[in-house]
Amino acid sequence: MSKKSIEVINLGKEYRIGERIQYNTLRESITNTVKNTYKKLVSDLRSKTINPKDVSTNMDLLKRKSDHSNGNHSDPNYIWSLRNVSFDVEQGEIVGIIGRNGAGKSTILKIISGITEPTEGRVNIYGRIGSLLEVGTGFHPELTGRENILLNGAILGMKRQEIDRKFDEIVDFSGVEKFIDTPVKFYSSGMRVRLGFSVAAHLEPDILLLDEVLAVGDATFQKKCLGKLDNVATSEGRTVLFVSHDLTAIRSLCQKAILLENGRIADEGPTEEVLDNYHKSIESVNEIPIEERKDIIMSYDRSVIATSIKIENASSSDPIRPTSQLSIKIGYRSREPISNLIVHITIRDFKSGQPVTFLDSDNSGGIPKILPPEGTITCVTNKSYITPGRCALDIRFIIGTLSVYYLQNAGFFEVEEETVYGTGTISRRYGMFLLEHKWSFEEN
Amino acid sequence: MTTSEIKQIPLVVRKNETKLALKLKELLEYHELIYFLVWRDLKVRYKQTALGVTWAVLQPFLTMVVFTIFFGNLAKVPSDGVPYPIFSFAALLPWQLFANALSNSSNSLVSNSALITKVYFPRIIMPFSSIISGLVDFLVAFLVLIGMMVYYGITPTSAVYTLPFFLLLALLTSFAVSLWLSALNVKYRDVKYTIPFLTQFWLFITPIAYPTSLVPEKWRVVYGLNPMAGVVEGFRWALLGQSTLNWYVMTASVTIVIVLLVGGLIYFRYMEKTFADIV
Repeated sequence: MSKKSIEVINLGKEYRIGERIQYNTLRESITNTVKNTYKKLVSDLRSKTINPKDVSTNMDLLKRKSDHSNGNHSDPNYIWSLRNVSFDVEQGEIVGIIGRNGAGKSTILKIISGITEPTEGRVNIYGRIGSLLEVGTGFHPELTGRENILLNGAILGMKRQEIDRKFDEIVDFSGVEKFIDTPVKFYSSGMRVRLGFSVAAHLEPDILLLDEVLAVGDATFQKKCLGKLDNVATSEGRTVLFVSHDLTAIRSLCQKAILLENGRIADEGPTEEVLDNYHKSIESVNEIPIEERKDIIMSYDRSVIATSIKIENASSSDPIRPTSQLSIKIGYRSREPISNLIVHITIRDFKSGQPVTFLDSDNSGGIPKILPPEGTITCVTNKSYITPGRCALDIRFIIGTLSVYYLQNAGFFEVEEETVYGTGTISRRYGMFLLEHKWSFEEN
Repeated sequence: MTTSEIKQIPLVVRKNETKLALKLKELLEYHELIYFLVWRDLKVRYKQTALGVTWAVLQPFLTMVVFTIFFGNLAKVPSDGVPYPIFSFAALLPWQLFANALSNSSNSLVSNSALITKVYFPRIIMPFSSIISGLVDFLVAFLVLIGMMVYYGITPTSAVYTLPFFLLLALLTSFAVSLWLSALNVKYRDVKYTIPFLTQFWLFITPIAYPTSLVPEKWRVVYGLNPMAGVVEGFRWALLGQSTLNWYVMTASVTIVIVLLVGGLIYFRYMEKTFADIV
């Protein structure tokens, strides 16, 4: 008989946005504001004879209220980061929360851990809660590793005795014994992360909340952490709520996953099923014209936008294979000629989200210094040798040092199987790339 | 941890609509964090300084020297029959405690924003612990005061037993003002810029360089509305054995501290919910 560990009931969180306006809705926001001001002005004028002040404030109140209840953001200054989110987590479960940037994943953890209060709804928590939203929170650079372990432990909610008891274990796990009495400001960032995670890994709450903590650190240490986490949950029966972009980690750790989309639960269930749906949802954006995408991150002035993206085999009309040259064509539009545009393209493995490679127009210098307001930029690669499988593409435009346009999953392509080594096909299971290579033998 | 150990009463996180529970009990539960934050402040404060903890003494001491030269010797400000250096030093100690609390704790939430946005703890711990860590500087400087009292041959009367009360009043005053300023500072960074001015202004309306007896009788109650006036008056009375304690000033000061403190707690608690979102 399993018991509930966390009960999330109809949770909602509304943020006031000032500087963090979602750029893609700026146009709508402006037109809305103008419209509303006009309407208000007219109604103010009309009601002037009665009691202008009362009426207008009442109307404002009413308007705000009705906006809230149907959840549309016609008030451009407020945005629901989470809405109507309900789920239960049972004791001993490891649940992964996935979703795109800004879907509300971190907000959920912040509310459950008590850092911020929800605007509506409630959370019931059964047990002692420990959260790790960042590795090495509260580390003080002037203090030594030893001192920071004590401080960080206390901040994360460990008792003095508990820290003392586990001190050696923590130091051992981190692998920074030699520098334990050196101020942390002299540590490399990797060492800092290792020390931070080691403290956190020795927390003993009933419920552990983790946010993207594995996104940093070297691969070996990441593996060690994953092992430790798995151990924590399976053998010690602790509940873990885990937010990550690293779908491989989610897949290997969590039995259950929750998919968030625009602050709502889009899917919930066994990890594999949810991940499948997540992939489908990523791909479904492909049907939306690239200009109308809602997840574009842009500078205020919308100086440059992509209008099309096309990925194909550069040399023939054949499908893309590991030995094909890739051609990536990006159409763009801007209000005026653009100078010094830099294009970044990140190719990622579709399933895990891991980057495969990164193309930077700044390095190649093939784009003219001044570009006309409309055109197509083409990037042709050498033989890519990317292993068969699906890939996603992120595009970023940079002018000077300012990122003016960023779109994740702007395009997708499939690398078809091919007998490269002459020994049959090879799958992505063994790596992202193939290498042309030769073997030889000499007798000693 | 086994199932049976898990609390069956849920810890509830939800929108706090109207109830303003002060959650002071939580402060006790987190006493270890307070301890570590104070410990951190102390460890870090004088790192990479040549003079180290001597600074805790130097600051009030040098101010005392300047005051003695300009107010005591040149302007001939009366000092109620006590040698001017010790007259001003006894006042500068609680003042220094208050002034440091003002600048450190009003900034405590903003400078620890990394903690506030990533970890839950009762936010009130931040201003609280920075006041406690200021207390250590006070105690160090207090040793110098004892030395000076021996030098000037001043024997405290039995009034010295009331000193802890006045120290508490100084701490409560600092805490009350810090609650307001630290919470306000999260939302309005203007606070940061007003602190130096505020401290200077406050120094002049507090009887540090001059005795309370200079203030006309009928204005004493109004004068006592500055709680630091009561604190300083109390310190001098308890330590230097001035003839009488000015009860008008004291009553006004204690009353205003209580009002400020309760108001500060409520305001802080009310604002606390938004700290992580706007800091």
